[in-house]
Amino acid sequence: MFGDIGTYLSSPGNRDLVLQQLLEHIYLSLLPLVLGLLVAIPLGWTATRFRWLRGLLLGGANILYTIPSLALFVILPAIIGTGITSPVNVIVALTLYTATLLVRPVVDALEAVPQHVVAAAVAMGYRPLARFFAVELPLAVPVLAAGARVASVSNISLVSVGALVGIGGLGLLFTKGFEIDYLPPIIIGILLTLILALIVDLLIVLLRNMLTRWQRVGAHVGGGS
Amino acid sequence: MIFSNMIDWLTNGANWQGPEGIPTRVGEHVYYAVLAVLVASAVAVPLGLFVGHTGRGAVFVVAISNALRALPTLGLVTLFVLLLGLGDWPVLIGLIILAVPPILSGTYAGVQDVDRGVIDAARGMGMTGWQRLWKVEVPNALPLLIGGVRSAVLQVVATVAVAAFVGLGGLGRILLSGQKTYKFEVMLGAAVLIALLAVVLDQIIAAIQRLVVPKGLTVAAKAAAPTRGGK
Amino acid sequence: MIEFRDVTKKYPDGTVAVDELNLTVEAGTITVFVGPSGCGKTTSLRMVNRMIDPSAGEVLIDGEDVRKSDPALLRRGIGYVIQQAGLFPHRTVLDNVATVPLLSGWTKAKARTRAAELLETVGLPAEMGKRFPAQLSGGQQQRVGVARALAADPPILLMDEPFSAVDPVVREGLQDELLRLQGELDKTIVFVTHDIDEAVRLGEKVAVFRQGGVLAQYDAPAEILARPADDFVSDFVGRDRGYRGLSFVDNEGLPIGQVDTVLVGGAHSPSQQWTLVLVDGDKPRGWLAPGSTVDGEWTTADALAGGSLYTRGTPLRGALDAALSSPAGLGVVVDDAGAYAGVVTAEEVLKVIESRRETAE
Repeated sequence: MFGDIGTYLSSPGNRDLVLQQLLEHIYLSLLPLVLGLLVAIPLGWTATRFRWLRGLLLGGANILYTIPSLALFVILPAIIGTGITSPVNVIVALTLYTATLLVRPVVDALEAVPQHVVAAAVAMGYRPLARFFAVELPLAVPVLAAGARVASVSNISLVSVGALVGIGGLGLLFTKGFEIDYLPPIIIGILLTLILALIVDLLIVLLRNMLTRWQRVGAHVGGGS
Repeated sequence: MIFSNMIDWLTNGANWQGPEGIPTRVGEHVYYAVLAVLVASAVAVPLGLFVGHTGRGAVFVVAISNALRALPTLGLVTLFVLLLGLGDWPVLIGLIILAVPPILSGTYAGVQDVDRGVIDAARGMGMTGWQRLWKVEVPNALPLLIGGVRSAVLQVVATVAVAAFVGLGGLGRILLSGQKTYKFEVMLGAAVLIALLAVVLDQIIAAIQRLVVPKGLTVAAKAAAPTRGGK
Repeated sequence: MIEFRDVTKKYPDGTVAVDELNLTVEAGTITVFVGPSGCGKTTSLRMVNRMIDPSAGEVLIDGEDVRKSDPALLRRGIGYVIQQAGLFPHRTVLDNVATVPLLSGWTKAKARTRAAELLETVGLPAEMGKRFPAQLSGGQQQRVGVARALAADPPILLMDEPFSAVDPVVREGLQDELLRLQGELDKTIVFVTHDIDEAVRLGEKVAVFRQGGVLAQYDAPAEILARPADDFVSDFVGRDRGYRGLSFVDNEGLPIGQVDTVLVGGAHSPSQQWTLVLVDGDKPRGWLAPGSTVDGEWTTADALAGGSLYTRGTPLRGALDAALSSPAGLGVVVDDAGAYAGVVTAEEVLKVIESRRETAE
């Protein structure tokens, strides 16, 4: 079998195809991750400010997340007017999934910021927006990172489904392999998906560790508050 | 325009009859999804209870669950069909493999999350290991366990649609046939049906969750958002 | 100077948190707001830096209505210390202290230099600046909280139950530290507490609030203890206010007696009196009971542990503590250097109090 993979990859055309689809896959899965974060943070913040919005937003997020990706890839173009094979569909759909996945943790994280810390920030003269970026957001990083890890794995796995409606990415290796009844591209596609998910996960963990040095220091002295 | 075409298609009586009609496809879709989740539960629930109760193999369970979540569903079903030949069973094996991790980690986490003080109290009252498992750990683990089943159902409903590509029945078949004949309204109609089916099944399980979870735990059940994998 | 003029805070549900408060906090003093929970003391404090705005009346700082200032800018000029310290867990101690200078546009280097100085001012080693708040004890966190509030050198410091969450021993240390700091810095401090002991210990003026946000009495602490304005104040300061009053009475007129003493290592013939054991020539170490005998030389191990020591010139409360905690019933009096000066009895201490109260009334 590994011989077959070697044979497959020895063709420059195949190598180009794999590389090109890998890059497409990275782009289609990671751009929505970033966009989803950028959407979820202000949404979550709004939900903590206006209680009535909270239930609506979280309930809506729950239902949206229930919709299978293949269905969403087909329904979205009918709503936003893109072509059925446009990569924009995948980007918008995965951005929505990422945002729905992250909005609850964002709300929880913002609400978990101790009241006395917020009060101290207000009393020192932070305006609301500056306070959000200086205090609330940094404290939410651990939760955001946990959400981003789940979302990145989910996105990377979901991009493949786009191949069924003619959108690129490693999923193309699965449809092509199936059509010509040939395993190597399928195995390469699965392995690359897993490796990509692993690397992105490690990068998120690294980034989180850089941003949360404060969280991992052991308390030298007990007691107090 | 496209939506009115879709509604025309959905309301056309001819599309609701025969072996390729909507009811048949919905039935197939539900049948494959439920079958896969039942088989997966038969494997994952006992395993999750064992690991949660004894603490043995916890690292393994967590690692495997996380790794399986990253598997591309389309890759998995094409792989099994090419390896084992065309037919329902190769695809079902793929579905079962995808349904195991959420149920396994949900069950394990449910048992694991039971307050240590509660377990100690149960032991102090003279409960045997089995009694603790059935009378304390399982009821307390139900919210997370059913949360895991809920994620598995979503995962499997989505994957049955994808598996139409390798010939499995279900609503995905209508979607792909619409694509082949360039009838976007058919694709859209099928997509809407798939979305509805997922939402309805999810709500049914949510209702079951409310029914079987002990009253004292409903608050905890609300707080425990199901951990969901891919689609 | 901070003035409250006819200040009322009423919430939409009808609750009155502060009712027609009129009060002036003099510049450069520590003024303590004290009262049971729900008396409006914290609400009043928070109206100074506009964390809460009054429903009626006005709060003036140096004659200027605070509501004319931008809240954020106003707050940067007022230090604020709260019970849980409210340190930012994600920032180092040094960066926590540097917060307000940075907000006010100082350069990072300048703000950090200032922060390092302040850590020293509040009695923390400079190395601690690199730590994160989770690595500090409760008392240390409070010191950092004080340093942070002082960072931009604000003329006013608001302190809302800052020491309530730390244990009593640490609390006393922090109170002493605050008094020492105030001696150096001369800020206008408004301090909120529910603890009357803390109030009389720290306050140059004490405002006693009662439920419903009414100011019951505003006076010097000794006055409040000696002449409570009404039954509420009298109850609140407690029946043992005579004992609290000791905090304000020095030892003038207190007769100091003498007892037999013996040096550790020296010979001692059995005595029918209590005998005080001294070490290093004149430092009290413990007591020998009447008639006790021992073979050979006396060692410290033979002495009964003594009670607390009373330093001459300090408030009488210490003298009473010393007398009551001594096995001999005699409080040991020492001078500033800690050398034995004499003994007092509890009766003598109480007699002095009584005579003082009579002259006061």
